[in-house]
Amino acid sequence: MSTGGVDSRRVVFSWVMLAPFMVLFLVFVVYPLIQSAFLAANQTFGPGTRTFVGTKNFELLISDPVFWKAIRNTFIYALGSLFVQLPIAFLLSLALNSPKLRGRGIYRLIFFSPQLMGLVFVSILGALAFEKRAGLINQALDAAGINDLLVWITGNDAWLEPDWLQQHVMATLILISLWLYVGFNMIYFLAALQSVDKSLLEAAEIDGAGPWGKLRHVIFPSVKPVATFVILLSMIGSLQLFELPYILLESSGGPDNKGLTIVMYLYQNGFDLGDLGFASAIGWVLALILIGLALVQVKLTRAQEVNA
Amino acid sequence: MSAGQRKINKWILHAILVLLAIVTLVPYVWLIIASLKGQDDFFSAIFLPPGDGAFGIGWDKLSLDNYRALFDLGFEVNLINSVFYSATTALFATLICAATGFVLAKHQFRGRNLITLVVLGALIVPPTLLLAPGYELLYDLNLLDTSWGLLLPLVAPAFGVFLFRQAVIQSVPDELLEAARIDGCSEWSVFFIVVLPLVRPMIGAFMLITFLGMWNNFISPQIVLQTADKQPLSVAIAQLRGVYKTDYGLLTAATVVSVLPVAALFLFLQKQFISGLTSGAVKG
Repeated sequence: MSTGGVDSRRVVFSWVMLAPFMVLFLVFVVYPLIQSAFLAANQTFGPGTRTFVGTKNFELLISDPVFWKAIRNTFIYALGSLFVQLPIAFLLSLALNSPKLRGRGIYRLIFFSPQLMGLVFVSILGALAFEKRAGLINQALDAAGINDLLVWITGNDAWLEPDWLQQHVMATLILISLWLYVGFNMIYFLAALQSVDKSLLEAAEIDGAGPWGKLRHVIFPSVKPVATFVILLSMIGSLQLFELPYILLESSGGPDNKGLTIVMYLYQNGFDLGDLGFASAIGWVLALILIGLALVQVKLTRAQEVNA
Repeated sequence: MSAGQRKINKWILHAILVLLAIVTLVPYVWLIIASLKGQDDFFSAIFLPPGDGAFGIGWDKLSLDNYRALFDLGFEVNLINSVFYSATTALFATLICAATGFVLAKHQFRGRNLITLVVLGALIVPPTLLLAPGYELLYDLNLLDTSWGLLLPLVAPAFGVFLFRQAVIQSVPDELLEAARIDGCSEWSVFFIVVLPLVRPMIGAFMLITFLGMWNNFISPQIVLQTADKQPLSVAIAQLRGVYKTDYGLLTAATVVSVLPVAALFLFLQKQFISGLTSGAVKG
């Protein structure tokens, strides 16, 4: 039916519609992506001052103990997300999944609410709440007598007024992110639990399966696809942690770089010291770690599909 | 399981949930009260300061002084900046991504598959990798410390194209497009009158997500903008903390001011946000 005129007009339309995206995408994603490869082989002192150094950036990187510290801290945080935050989120979603539970809408909204504040503002709140003297946490611990208990257990007077931001940075980061992300991940798990087949659950119950049996044989298998997706998202986010420690530690890595993460290390080198080349090298290492993780996830998902 | 035991279990569950809810809510209460307190009262009480008022609380010690001090410092400029940056990004990102997603889903032309593949491939590029070369690019284009430099790289997110492409494939039938064309609709009216209304849930969710994303974006304005008057709340509040580190009243007031607008927006549009959040993860 269509004539050549209509077809070519439609093609022109297609390209007009695509143009804004394509231009911005080519200029601000594709071009910088290509440049980042060149930059990684250069040293710079601020933008527009490249000196070719070959693979020296990567050699410097792996011989820098600060880099390894950043890697270590970042992975501690990621493991905290994986083994503390996600299990709590999953348990909460199980608890809130029953339609018979009273007030589940309210609970859901409450647990999700910290997400509304956004990472930066939560970081400010966290920094104030974990302040040594005036902060909510220490005052509450003190009022509840937990500080005295900790001193008694550890025999260390420092627990009278623990300096969270200076001495227990990673623990503080994990605690704050618990508050921020548990409800967020809970929403994903709740959505996944919708896909659990009710008749399968009933069948399992008739077969005499207890709560654990139902969890293992019915619920786990059906939430697995979403769970692997949530784990991947959580890992990708955790490994790019920046704002929280950056604000908590006032743009430093903290004492002895206790709270330095990979992206903070990138930021310090690229934007405090002006070496965009070295920063790009760090960016590539991080990108390879993330892509590696994504590939593992794809592989695991494939393996599941084959088994299923 | 006996009925009695079930009842006990239910109470235990509620006790745990209530406890967790309290733990979640207490920081807000602390934050709001702290923003009303004077500097000395931070050390005399966790929450409300003691005094001669009702319930033994010094109500007269609470005031809006911290907020006044905050706006005396010109914090409203940053608030306006945040609204402007977030609204602009949400509007343009939605238009651009919807147009691109629609064309990639429903139009036949040479290069379509290649473009789709590249856009999907771009989803795995971590944004942190583009920080350094992106900064250099903005320097070359003379766009550092300008709104253009902040917004242009953010109004064409690949994941938005992906979301709208999915939404169009799922909820826009080919027959409807053909029917509209036969009725004499131009391609433009097909897009604006037929397609956009059909993907309205995605438009709402995506606008909200982009708005919040920009509101909470820290690293882009931190890198691109230098002038204090151009900063959004996220960067301004971090700088405020750098200067007034122990002025807890001022900082908590700044946090309240920064968070209230989005909290209100969210409560208003809650449903769309949650559905948008999970739309990428769960089919059906």
